Amino acid sequence: MSNVEGSGRPTQHEGAAQQDTSLTRRGVLGIFGAAGAGALVSTFTGPPGVGPVSLVSEAAPEVLVQRGSGWVGAALSRIDGPLKVRGMARFAAEFALDDMVYAALVFSTIAKGRIATLDTGAAEAAPGFVLVMTHRNAPRMQPMVPFGPNEKAAGNDNLPIMQDDRVRWNGQPIAVVLAETQEQADHAASLIRVTYEAEPATTSFAQAKANGTEGAVYFHHEIGDAEAELAAAAVSVDATYRTPYQNHNAIEPHAVTVAWHGDELVVHDASQSVVHNAWSLAHILGIEERQVHVTSPYVGGAFGGKFMGSHQVLAAAAARLAGRPVRLTLSREGVYRMVGGRALTEQRMAIGARRDGRFDAIIHTGTATHTRDSPHPEAFPFVSLSAYATGSLKTDLQWAFLDQVANAAMRAPGEAVGSFALESAVDEVAVALGMDPIELRIRNEPKTDPLNGAEFSSRNVVKAWRDGAERFGWAKRNPIPGAVRKGEWLVGMGCGTASHIYNRENGGAARLTLTSDGTVTVDIATHDAGMGTETAQTQIIAENLALHPDQVEFRLADSAMPGLVAGRGSSQTTTVAATVVEAKKMLVAELLTLIRADSPLAGLTAQQVGPRNAGLAKLDDPTRHETYTAILTRAKRDKVTVEASPDEPTEMNERSMHSYGAMFCEVRVNAVTGETRVSRMLGSMDCGRVINPKTAASQFRGGMIMAMGLALTEHTHYDERTGRIMNPSLAEYHIPVHLDVPEIDVIWTGIPDPHAPMGARGIGELSVTGTAAAIANAIYNATGKRIRELPITLDKLM
Amino acid sequence: MNPLTYARARDAAEAVRFAGARDATYLGGGTNLVDLLREGVERPAALVDVTGLPATITKRRNGGLLIGAAVRNTALAEDRDVRTRYPVLARAILAGASAQIRNMATVGGNILQRTRCAYFYDIDGSRCNKRTPGQGCDAIGGFNRTHAILGASSACVATHPSDMCAALAALDAVVHLEGAAGARTLPLTELHRLPGDHPEVETLLEPGELITAVELPPLASGARSAYRKVRDRASYAFALVSVAAVLEVKNGRVKDVRLALGGVAHKPWRAREAENALRGGPATARAFRAAAEAELDAATALHDNGFKIELANRTITAVLAELAGRK
Amino acid sequence: MKNVAIRINGSAVAPPADPRVSLLDFLRETLHLHGTKKGCNQGACGACTVLVDGERIVSCLALAVQYVGRDIVTIEGLAGQDGPHRLQQAFIEHDGFQCGYCTPGQICSAVGMAAEARRGLPSHVTDDLSARRIALTRDELRERMSGNLCRCGAHNGIIAAIAETYARAAE
Ligand SMILES: Cc1cc2nc3c(=O)[nH]c(=O)nc-3n(C[C@H](O)[C@H](O)[C@H](O)COP(=O)(O)OP(=O)(O)OC[C@H]3O[C@@H](n4cnc5c(N)ncnc54)[C@H](O)[C@@H]3O)c2cc1C
Ligand code: FES
Ligand code: FES
Repeated sequence: MSNVEGSGRPTQHEGAAQQDTSLTRRGVLGIFGAAGAGALVSTFTGPPGVGPVSLVSEAAPEVLVQRGSGWVGAALSRIDGPLKVRGMARFAAEFALDDMVYAALVFSTIAKGRIATLDTGAAEAAPGFVLVMTHRNAPRMQPMVPFGPNEKAAGNDNLPIMQDDRVRWNGQPIAVVLAETQEQADHAASLIRVTYEAEPATTSFAQAKANGTEGAVYFHHEIGDAEAELAAAAVSVDATYRTPYQNHNAIEPHAVTVAWHGDELVVHDASQSVVHNAWSLAHILGIEERQVHVTSPYVGGAFGGKFMGSHQVLAAAAARLAGRPVRLTLSREGVYRMVGGRALTEQRMAIGARRDGRFDAIIHTGTATHTRDSPHPEAFPFVSLSAYATGSLKTDLQWAFLDQVANAAMRAPGEAVGSFALESAVDEVAVALGMDPIELRIRNEPKTDPLNGAEFSSRNVVKAWRDGAERFGWAKRNPIPGAVRKGEWLVGMGCGTASHIYNRENGGAARLTLTSDGTVTVDIATHDAGMGTETAQTQIIAENLALHPDQVEFRLADSAMPGLVAGRGSSQTTTVAATVVEAKKMLVAELLTLIRADSPLAGLTAQQVGPRNAGLAKLDDPTRHETYTAILTRAKRDKVTVEASPDEPTEMNERSMHSYGAMFCEVRVNAVTGETRVSRMLGSMDCGRVINPKTAASQFRGGMIMAMGLALTEHTHYDERTGRIMNPSLAEYHIPVHLDVPEIDVIWTGIPDPHAPMGARGIGELSVTGTAAAIANAIYNATGKRIRELPITLDKLM
Repeated sequence: MNPLTYARARDAAEAVRFAGARDATYLGGGTNLVDLLREGVERPAALVDVTGLPATITKRRNGGLLIGAAVRNTALAEDRDVRTRYPVLARAILAGASAQIRNMATVGGNILQRTRCAYFYDIDGSRCNKRTPGQGCDAIGGFNRTHAILGASSACVATHPSDMCAALAALDAVVHLEGAAGARTLPLTELHRLPGDHPEVETLLEPGELITAVELPPLASGARSAYRKVRDRASYAFALVSVAAVLEVKNGRVKDVRLALGGVAHKPWRAREAENALRGGPATARAFRAAAEAELDAATALHDNGFKIELANRTITAVLAELAGRK
Repeated sequence: MKNVAIRINGSAVAPPADPRVSLLDFLRETLHLHGTKKGCNQGACGACTVLVDGERIVSCLALAVQYVGRDIVTIEGLAGQDGPHRLQQAFIEHDGFQCGYCTPGQICSAVGMAAEARRGLPSHVTDDLSARRIALTRDELRERMSGNLCRCGAHNGIIAAIAETYARAAE
């Protein structure tokens, strides 16, 4: 960013002029450039157990869009880049503490029952052995607290942790071994002998359904008589779509390094929820929240998999017993055994349409696997609630309960797999009608939220469709399936709508310290697992305070900091942006109390001034300006600190707020072998304002690549006889590799949302939705084969 | 991993001596063995590092090549003679694993790499006759999408996962061995066994016997060769089915053909039925398909892997057609 | 020292006494060189990639004792005295990472990859096996880098950074 001098940039367009040229060259910024483009970052998950009900509240709308120095919208390179490319960013397993020991885990091999015998003798005699912890000697602890009513809870289940001889899933940790080296710990753990008294367990989906399912009340909705409308429809599609178990597979395995200092616990964690984890550990271990300090400045990918888990608890408990610091890194197998992922789903997706394409009925019901203790609903019907205008609607979600590791939220939970069914079915309707699938979608564009009539805060998905279609060359698509062939390869194009609900968390809070040298430090207990939080928030702060990013230090992921902001629901940016806007207001008010009679700002009120050029100025007369340094120096203050928390996120209750995208895909399917290659992709997004086009484009691409895995290769193999995961390995669980990933084009409407902080809605999960359907629809166009079960491996296309 | 000792052998004789002295296993690049040691599938008391053995590729007087067992996979694929005269071998190697692994893996280790069957790896939670004879096989009623369609038994349905070996099988490679009883050679196609009742015995090697080299006989000048691998992602995945083929066509008729399949059986599968059907006959797509069908006549499907029969059929046909059509 | 030590980023280091210790754990736990990452410990992700005598390997499947007498370069050893390796800079400019966990492995792998291509080593997607010069097209880069997984999905940025650094030079 060396070409940018000073701060106080007057317009968005100048901000755009700072675009990194390499991005522009690749066309990433799209036909709209980045001017005014905006939105951001953040990883994953929908609000557990929170339905789309009661969207209306009394509070008045507040226009939150800000204009400032032009840093918002600039393609700043990541602030943590220089550290990361040199391998200098320290992750959780990279803190070496004096006298530290290494942990290894033993996992159960049955799904349900009790431990009959547990022989640790050989392990205890092994070289380097320090301690073994099992249910027999583990300290008494409270069970895990799952996400839910308790706002500081962030667990994936409500189970006791090594407190009894019960086995609740295949792969449950049943012993922790500590030794002087990792090799010794692993070896000693391998010597532990366990026998079980197994009990009948439910480990197959069929059995779980036969046992009887339970409805998830939040997701049952009926408007009109959808079954009757479907039966009467001129054209209809009514089919079953299936999606498999999947795992997050962040490349960094879960790890903690913990140490007790007296009764105080220090935790180096890999987490998307530091404050939650500090609270959870304190609660479970029976100590005060202030006695636990959790930090997690760098996280090697999370995607919903790195909230509170039992491994942190096991490490802390074992460290207490041993009286020594402990490092516990899950093996790759351990990650699979201990942290669940996407549930399996079997969805009925039906659409009834008139000849002109208008929908009279949408039915999205079906069953997802679940555990009794998981707070994560895998709410696939959710996506059908606000998508299309329809005469009638019916949604329902049934849970089939299995004895397995609790399913967890994985990037765009529910919506990723639900949108596969919905957007495939829309394509099927288009085929049945002989209509272009984009035109069909546009024809069914709702004016208000179909569920409750709420106004949309900002919905420009039609523009996204039109712009995307032009850029992708959709007009060149041959609508006849199987008609385009190049050698052995059948070529096809497909599309699908992406959508993700807007979230802002309640717990935003920041400490902002302005120093007399003109720099500002902002502390918020938020997280950056690769979303670009640190960079984007630095831009937001620079913009709001009219500073250069170099004058801003944004600190995060420390439980001692203010804020209760988990990295979930694509909500971090909106939450932090609102907090920063509030902190700015407080700072301005605070600075005005320091203004002396000889200041150019003397006599002005908070309404009359705002940040300009590294200081404050009269809004309609920028010549009346004083720098922050001058204000503080004159007042003989080293610094000013404010703590701020924003208003409650009522904007979500007043309006229907979503981010959208029009996803395009071109595939080649080998006519001999059935292999599929994605040859082109485009995401045309409508997500409000883009804070940083560089990191935002990466988020979009990352989501599309994850959806490519969802569509084509990823599948966690639970052996239905035993409930055991049989491919706990990056060699046998196939995430896309470089050769699978084409160059991915990304554009956006750039239309700010007037009801979202900084005009930005969340973007972290958006592009995981819609994309799998776009791929499946492209495969249909290429081959004439409609595959309704993921992953679309080659055997399904032969 | 159990505690163990490590020794580096300077030559074959020393390696054999070290291996005879204690419960030892040879260590090549370690890319398979280290993984298996960590999983507890292999539990030797000693490792004898054989990467210091000759790693040279020499031309034989008959025009063939002698490849030292310690030659790295990358070096073998990079060798000019291999690239120009045995392209099927270079292609097979380059289709396997990743560049990093190919830089480590040795020829000897690649030949003796073990199956990727998930139940074989899951020492704590699954039954496996190959790991623990007589225990039973959990793959037969479990996930077996990648398992054998040819030559399997009721005791074991695992596959040999090597790409390189499919090419070596098609090239009539001969393996040079050295053991306590002296040196001998075995055709590669005879080195590995079918599982039968004893899937734990995977090769005809004697205990402590060392692979010292692999010999490639010369190829007729009119022969063309190719390798095609079909897998679940574009790269860095094991073969579902792979086909290594050498074909010599004269005046529209098959003068010679050698065909081997990877990923379909407990050993690199030499497709002799297909070869017999083709040799001397017309080099047409229909003949290729008929030959493939003749080979796969004996194929049997498990719950998940039936598609591999048709996949093998199609891939064989396509590879032969491509070779026949090449100028 | 040649036959009893491992050279790591230029310094001679005595190998571990326990032969079970992988090169990766030796780097991270004994030498506290944490730049080399552990993603799977199964040879399946490439996060642990380092250079041995200029060749890339996965250090998780390498027993440290096997590398006595060899020259190891890790991500920490890549940057020269005059600042970061130009590839490191290109990764920043092209946003070739998100979480940054796969990044050291990607970068070391790319350095090894470039050397392989300079030698004329073909790849799975090279059309002409007998060619002496390799044109590092996008397809070549994507195939050659496929041993390094990235779950954040930074693939485009990674390939762009590598192309900018090496492709032109090779073409
Ligand atoms: C993630 C991953 C993906 C892979 N993908 C593929 C793939 O797609 N295709 C493929 O073909 N392979 C693949 N492989 C396997 C790889 O090719 C083998 O691991 C490798 O070839 C083994 O060679 P090595 O020298 O490392 O053997 P080691 O691991 O050292 O040894 C393997 C076995 O051979 C024995 N041995 C080694 N040398 C000798 C000798 N000279 N004499 C007698 N016995 C010996 C050892 O005792 C051991 O039992 C993959 C591996 C991994 C980890
Ligand atoms: S950690 Fe070595 S390849 Fe994954
Ligand atoms: S940047 Fe996160 S795994 Fe690659």
